[in-house]
Amino acid sequence: MLLDVEIEQFGKAMIVRLKGELDHHTAETLKAKMEQALEENDCHHIVLSMKDLTFMDSSGLGVILGRYKKIKGRGGQMIVCDVNTGIYKLFEMSGMFKIVAVEQNENDALGRLGVVS
Amino acid sequence: MSEKNVMELKFASRSENESFARVAVAAFVSQLDPTMDELTDIKTVVSEAVTNAIIHGYDSQPDGIVYIRAEIENDKIYITVEDNGAGIEDIEQARQPLYTTKPELERSGMGLTIIENFMDEVEIDSVKGEGTRIRMMKRIKSGKPMYN
Repeated sequence: MLLDVEIEQFGKAMIVRLKGELDHHTAETLKAKMEQALEENDCHHIVLSMKDLTFMDSSGLGVILGRYKKIKGRGGQMIVCDVNTGIYKLFEMSGMFKIVAVEQNENDALGRLGVVS
Repeated sequence: MSEKNVMELKFASRSENESFARVAVAAFVSQLDPTMDELTDIKTVVSEAVTNAIIHGYDSQPDGIVYIRAEIENDKIYITVEDNGAGIEDIEQARQPLYTTKPELERSGMGLTIIENFMDEVEIDSVKGEGTRIRMMKRIKSGKPMYN
């Protein structure tokens, strides 16, 4: 498995922990898993934890944008955390930080959302 | 004396080959002793170009062939990614940030923008119905070929 996806619910926030590589090939898996979780839970916010994400390209940006649109419709926020320098550069270049907030780690992200872990 | 080294790859247009392609090119470039950032840039642009060949060139059909040629000349890496697929109707439009012909597939439209940002030179040739070739060059700062 090139990408492991672990999803945990904290109140109205969902933490999505990514491990491995997020490209066109693995983007479909991530999309399906997040869609299912969004369907099953009353989730408004998404925290994408990228501590163990070693690679991401523009296919990852597409999946993130797609889910952002969904939670924005529910009045929620999208936060990314533990972003490595390569992926940070990609977010910066594509203007993603205009819509997605960035935090140091999961605790800070949940703190920003007012959710206690 | 000019140092030149070459490698070529040819593989099926299947998405599972995207990671193989970027890792293979990165391994080849390693002999220039690039920084981690430079290596990540190379992996990202190969991933973008191969993904474009698969999704746009071959419309996600797995029976196409994607070609990669990488050349090291002194401190420069040249990478060519080619397909015999659909071709691009309007290259200038395709280069625009956020432009995509496949929004239904959640494409971000950032692939070529990323390639142009990460590489020093980018050239795209495309003929409708015949295919697309993207040739890119990056200068590796350390520029020390390790095979000397």
